Amino acid sequence: MLTGYIPIAILLILSVGLGVLVIVLGGLFGPKRPSKRKSAAYESGMQPIGPGTRRLPVRFYMVAVLFILFDIEVLFFLPWAVAFRDLGLYGLIAMIVFNIPIIVGFIYEWKKGALEWE
Amino acid sequence: MVPVSYYVALSAILFTIGALGVLIRRNAIIIFMSIELMLNAGNLLFVTFARSFEQLSGQVFVFFVIAVAAAEVAVGLALIVAVFKSKQSIDIDEVSNLRG
Amino acid sequence: MIEFNPLDLLNTLPILVLVSWACALLMVNVFVPRQGKGLMVLLTALGLAVTLILSIFQAGTQTEAFKGMLAIDDFTVYMNVFILASSLVALAISHDYMQRMGLARGEYYVLMLFSVAGMMLMASAADLIVVFLALELLSIPLYVLSAFARPQVESEEAGLKYFLLGAFASGFLVYGIALVYGATGQTNLIQIFAAAEAGVETPAFLLVGAGLILVGLGFKVAAAPFHMWTPDVYQGAPTTVTAFMAVGAKAGGFAALLRVFIAAFPAISVDLAPVLAAVAAATLVIGNVVAVAQSNIKRLFAYSSISHAGFILMAFVAFGQDGLFEDTIASVLFYLVTFAIASFGSWAIVIMLERKEGRGLDLQDYAGLGRKYPALALAMAVFMFSFTGVPPTLGFAAKLFVFRVVIEGGYYWLAIVGVVTSVVSAYYYLRLIIIMYMQDGDPQVRGETWLNLATAATAVATVLLFFFSTPLFEWAAEAGFLWF
Repeated sequence: MLTGYIPIAILLILSVGLGVLVIVLGGLFGPKRPSKRKSAAYESGMQPIGPGTRRLPVRFYMVAVLFILFDIEVLFFLPWAVAFRDLGLYGLIAMIVFNIPIIVGFIYEWKKGALEWE
Repeated sequence: MVPVSYYVALSAILFTIGALGVLIRRNAIIIFMSIELMLNAGNLLFVTFARSFEQLSGQVFVFFVIAVAAAEVAVGLALIVAVFKSKQSIDIDEVSNLRG
Repeated sequence: MIEFNPLDLLNTLPILVLVSWACALLMVNVFVPRQGKGLMVLLTALGLAVTLILSIFQAGTQTEAFKGMLAIDDFTVYMNVFILASSLVALAISHDYMQRMGLARGEYYVLMLFSVAGMMLMASAADLIVVFLALELLSIPLYVLSAFARPQVESEEAGLKYFLLGAFASGFLVYGIALVYGATGQTNLIQIFAAAEAGVETPAFLLVGAGLILVGLGFKVAAAPFHMWTPDVYQGAPTTVTAFMAVGAKAGGFAALLRVFIAAFPAISVDLAPVLAAVAAATLVIGNVVAVAQSNIKRLFAYSSISHAGFILMAFVAFGQDGLFEDTIASVLFYLVTFAIASFGSWAIVIMLERKEGRGLDLQDYAGLGRKYPALALAMAVFMFSFTGVPPTLGFAAKLFVFRVVIEGGYYWLAIVGVVTSVVSAYYYLRLIIIMYMQDGDPQVRGETWLNLATAATAVATVLLFFFSTPLFEWAAEAGFLWF
């Protein structure tokens, strides 16, 4: 039943085991002489400025949320498009009805200025 | 073929991790991610059963769950951003003015 | 090829009208510049009233729509009328408040309409998919409404808490539905019933699934131990939203609980009834005991609403017993109406006394109300008596009917818990009355036509309807399901 997976399991165990072994050996036997220069973050020879994670303006978040909503719309479009011929007129009308609230929402966010970048 | 019980066990584990995450973590976003994990555990279960019954209804349910989850994301993130703006924190213990 | 059945549209006309109306109102809100302050309120009231009339015309229909997804029966009509009437009252008491607190934005009414549509959908759900979608349609607007007083921190916090715990509850609901689906291969309630009667391969899935659905819906109706959000959200949300959600979300949650448990799970009622009894007892004890220690009126009413959820849940213990499930439905519906009337009345008075920045919400702010505003204090006293269950108020009849079902169902210990906690509840309800009449103070009341009207109407109804409680109960008993 599961015998087909045995090679994959062996590969997984070997690769993980080898990785762990190398790190452990290096940690045990390698020389440790830390200095300030060595532990500094290195990026193309420049001194790092500020923390690594920057705060993004909230505008990006607005766009992301709007994207999610229309992204989900596509989720329903795809199966409909695949079965378009079988669903016929009923499917088309149902899809139009499904779209009305989304269009209403879209007009709302447009008029409220959620799509303005500046 | 992998037996159904394996998938059920996996989804039960995911659900438990999600539920524990909600109860243990204090960061609102991580709590929210844990909730998504719970929803997806349910989705996995739906797809598993739909496949074993050879039906479509379970898979259709997953569509609705995903769509609703997206709506929740939109509202939830908006609330979290609003709270962050006024409190500069999303730790739900720090965001606690309401006490009896 | 899917066949189109025009009757489906006719049968779901009230919900369709309401949702289209809400979409149209959203457009009005955006496109009509400088609208008069009353325009949105007026249009919302019109939409609710039209839907109410359409719902009443559906009385007597016993049919399904959209291939068994929705059930249109007397239960649906009863709940729809109740929900729409409640929303109209909620609208009446919110108009002045929103202006006064500087919250008058058109989105409030649109969100309210969407939430009402969710509640109505809940009442006619005949498939677990619809239960889930309706619950979300009910809840998501309420999350936003709770945070409507933004940038007030308390309101934002209430919204966030309600959202996180509500989404947590949806997680349980989805998983529970998935397990039930796994056990029976069905999501349609009546087919689940048939499959469960015939016997399922994995009864554990069915039982755990039903339990998780109970958890998910228990969150919405604020049953212990899933009630933690209630006091915080009720306190932080704008008071009109609290009033709306205290009645509406409960009504929707209990409608779905009734439908799901009575239609789908009678086969496992032997295992479920003790769980329901335990949840009901825990809710009663926690709600009533913790309420004693509250000094903020909104928190007090939050715990009081938890305890009333416990009372309603008590009636559920008999849901699987032959000849008793009708009484369960009827007593739940009767209690919901009773609770709604007294609840709206008391929230209206809270709204009158509330001032900006959360002042006027302490119990001590009600001192002297009896001397300065005798009519208002009398109305509040009537509501408190109704909550306690003292005759001649509607609350007495409601509790009586619930106790009757519990005793007929054979749960004597639960009835005793109910009586004892009722006595405890008398302490904090009477304390408010004593503060109003016995202590001196200078309460500041903002009277407004609609608020006064709502208070007077609910107070009169609480007393007057008591004398018609038996016919009303029989009327509620007729609100049966399609399948029985």
